[in-house]
Amino acid sequence: MNSPAGAKIETLTKVNDFVVKFANVNGSGSASANTLFAKAIFRMGIPVSPHNIFPSNIQGLPTWYEVRISEKGYLGRREGVDLMIAMNEQTIQKDIDSVVSGGYVLYDSTKSLPEQMAREDVQFLPIPLTEICIREFEKPSQRQLFKNIIYVGALAALINIDFDVLTGLISDQFRGKEKLIPPNIHALQLGYQFASEHFQCPLRLTLKSSDKTDSQILMDGNTAVGLGCVYGGATVASWYPLTPSTSVVDAFGRYCQRLRIDKQTGQQKFSVVQAEDELAAIGIAIGAGWNGARAFTATSGPGISLMQEFLGLAYFSEIPVVLFNIQRVGPSTGMPTRTQQGDLLSCAYASHGDTKHILLFPSTPKECFDFAASAFDIADQIQTPVIVMSDLELGMNEQISEPLEWQEGRAYDRGKVLNHEQLEGLEHFGRYQDSDGDGIPYRTYPGTHPDKGSYFTRGSSHDANAAYTEDGDVYAEVMDRIAKKFDTALDYLPEPEIRENGAAIGLLYLGTTTSAIAEAQDLLTKQGVATDTLRVKSFPFHQSVRTFIDRHEKVYVIDQNRDAQLKSLLKIELNVNESQVQSIRSYNGVLITAEHISRSVLDSQENAGE
Amino acid sequence: MTYIRKPKFQHPQLETNELGLTRRDYEGTLTTLCGGCGHDSISAAIIQAAAEMSLEPHRIAKLSGIGCSSKIPSYFLGKAHAFNAVHGRMPSVATGANLANKELYYLGISGDGDSASIGLGQFCHIVRRRINMLYIVANNGTYGLTKGQLSATADLGSKTKSGEESLYDNIDLASLAIELGASFVARSFSGDKKQLVPLIQAGLSHKGFAFIDVVSPCVTFNNTDLSTHGYKNTWENNAALSQVDFVPMREEITTSYAEGEEKDITLHDGSVIHLHKIGNNYDPFDKEKAVMHINQHKAEGRIATGLLYINQTTSDLHDLTNTIDRPFNVLGEQELCPGNSTLMEINEAFR
Repeated sequence: MNSPAGAKIETLTKVNDFVVKFANVNGSGSASANTLFAKAIFRMGIPVSPHNIFPSNIQGLPTWYEVRISEKGYLGRREGVDLMIAMNEQTIQKDIDSVVSGGYVLYDSTKSLPEQMAREDVQFLPIPLTEICIREFEKPSQRQLFKNIIYVGALAALINIDFDVLTGLISDQFRGKEKLIPPNIHALQLGYQFASEHFQCPLRLTLKSSDKTDSQILMDGNTAVGLGCVYGGATVASWYPLTPSTSVVDAFGRYCQRLRIDKQTGQQKFSVVQAEDELAAIGIAIGAGWNGARAFTATSGPGISLMQEFLGLAYFSEIPVVLFNIQRVGPSTGMPTRTQQGDLLSCAYASHGDTKHILLFPSTPKECFDFAASAFDIADQIQTPVIVMSDLELGMNEQISEPLEWQEGRAYDRGKVLNHEQLEGLEHFGRYQDSDGDGIPYRTYPGTHPDKGSYFTRGSSHDANAAYTEDGDVYAEVMDRIAKKFDTALDYLPEPEIRENGAAIGLLYLGTTTSAIAEAQDLLTKQGVATDTLRVKSFPFHQSVRTFIDRHEKVYVIDQNRDAQLKSLLKIELNVNESQVQSIRSYNGVLITAEHISRSVLDSQENAGE
Repeated sequence: MTYIRKPKFQHPQLETNELGLTRRDYEGTLTTLCGGCGHDSISAAIIQAAAEMSLEPHRIAKLSGIGCSSKIPSYFLGKAHAFNAVHGRMPSVATGANLANKELYYLGISGDGDSASIGLGQFCHIVRRRINMLYIVANNGTYGLTKGQLSATADLGSKTKSGEESLYDNIDLASLAIELGASFVARSFSGDKKQLVPLIQAGLSHKGFAFIDVVSPCVTFNNTDLSTHGYKNTWENNAALSQVDFVPMREEITTSYAEGEEKDITLHDGSVIHLHKIGNNYDPFDKEKAVMHINQHKAEGRIATGLLYINQTTSDLHDLTNTIDRPFNVLGEQELCPGNSTLMEINEAFR
């Protein structure tokens, strides 16, 4: 329905700075239309960040696609919606309610909206999408799919999306299936035409071409991880399907089919094994790592729980392996399609007994790529599992990122591995002997030498020669040496990113929280609160994390989990005093917002002042 | 103690094989198992098998799980790398190891607890995946290290030393392996070296997944007259299908058998299994009949041993997935990294 005649609506005028949200039914083909929308804005040079908020379901449940558009480059989520594309009858009431005062609601007016849904402070944009589709398209499947394309066409008129950019994207998308191009463009035109004829275009939300995304790419983190594994030299991927990690191995397999087939023979220089469960998935990766291949698995929380025993084995028997944890909401099955940073503690100390694992925290697709490739070097150098901690938000949503880059001539660092000649010259080989004083012993691959270098790999207590022992002192020596290895590891791990301007307050965070930080800082500055920042990129922590905390009166540690796991880790590892740190937490399954961070800081400052 | 090495002392006239190695070169550390344990006989059979075949010890990778059985890789092939994995998970580790380097021999040692209970899932899936290896289960029907609980391979009604009676039907790993697509399945008895050694040799030479279920009595906890996994029962009810002789490819075949009573099976590497049939004409190429045969014997309280099933023409996981001929673990950035210009093209697709 239209807004009641005469009602005065105070519309906001915003250029390149608003939120558009699409409310759809899962499985209705909306994903490709919505992606088309976001990518068109990206190609217009305007920073854009789409967020899928989707159900654990194949067809029928509600799904949302929220697009933040920000000339300033704020890529986190923002509270409130300026323009709602309300395509789902199940959720329409709630969707309309979420629109900010002065915003817009586009809906399918083939059926009229119930009276009680009217809001006087938003403008309704009725388009009879179903009716148009029935008139214009014959096949039922087309009638469904093109509804989505028509609303994208309408949006082109409503908010000034460059129409040529849209048609260009359609041509790219259907390269090789050219006969699909004309009907898609026709659908776009239908929407464009209807909107132009029925509404005052553009709305007060408009796009203006910019140059902010010129050199950048729009990619999801899992694709970047998969590519990082190809470039990092992984040959064995073993996995068990689990949302939201599945697309990591999908991407790896897809790029391997393209880039890792031997040209002469057509044979594969990789192997992807879909295992029977996560236990086998990590077991296969560990077996391959033991035998000298670079191997990985990808999983999420439930898989991490299942892999605990094997992670302890790899830690204690010192086998390189790389694990990608694309975190989702726990505990237990939790919310499989929502995001969280809830596995910090269960990964940092995974498995029984005294253990510790190297964690890497990427925050962009570029870092997903870089950390994935480097993880294989680090695992080989330190001879231990490396867990790359991504999350659903980063893994499954397209993100604006610096382009991926590979330094020509970069060689893989396989760590301390003795070959036949080196063994030949060696009087005695002790697999767990600390010859260099850095805690990292030398290893050999099976089959290297007829008489030298073989050893017995075991998860039971062993001495420097890998022989079984129940001598407590010998056991303790080995444990101490392994602990030393983790001190050495700091030299190989990415240092934290520190931005400091002498503020009294610090913000400390990692991973996808990064997307909200610049905006949170600006919001705080407006309130007269200056902040410094530290972004953690790896665990164990560098000493610079501790000194940053010491230099500030108060450091807010931002966690996307209930139990302040990052703060706990800082306290355990760096002896940080409770009075030095304060927790900001967000754990509702969607990406933390800048508003939440600035509100939390301000509240806490006020409380402290009282 | 596993860390006590055997003395190097040896008889000066000890026989050497083609590599100039003696049996001592195929041994490991001193056993820590109970005196009379069937598993020690399996170690001895492996030593004899590998020495006779003139295998280079270091070209064999030994993998095991947890339990008495899984300790034995310490006691043979001391020059080979070994991996004692977590309980029931040796198959996944073996799969990964095999993927990393297709050129080694892989010898998996497991037990009935390790493969039929905690690791049953992994056992089933390694069979399905056709990993090229020899997988031996030292099967004693009991959990020795935890002092004698019944295992899932214990036959219905079988009793342990403490008098605990198995209330459930047993899991027959050999039948299971045949059903799931193993291409070499045998059963033997640790006390019958004459049968076991050639089976091990044939299993090592076989390309694809080779499985030998070895009844290997636990002298301490499961060797009473009422146990179907004890020495007495196994000796009395061992029903060998055939006498197996193994001829490595390098040797000339000299023995001849009477027409109609023997069968030669040529393996992938050119070596030959001579089957010398005993009793009825048994066809080891027929899956269904093999399982039927096992079940019939079981119903009679007898244990069908020998080469139960073979299909020497199958492929392994590397063939199925068409991996390159060179082992993955020798490939470097030259072979694996597509380089920056390709990455620039990939970036373009995301603009």
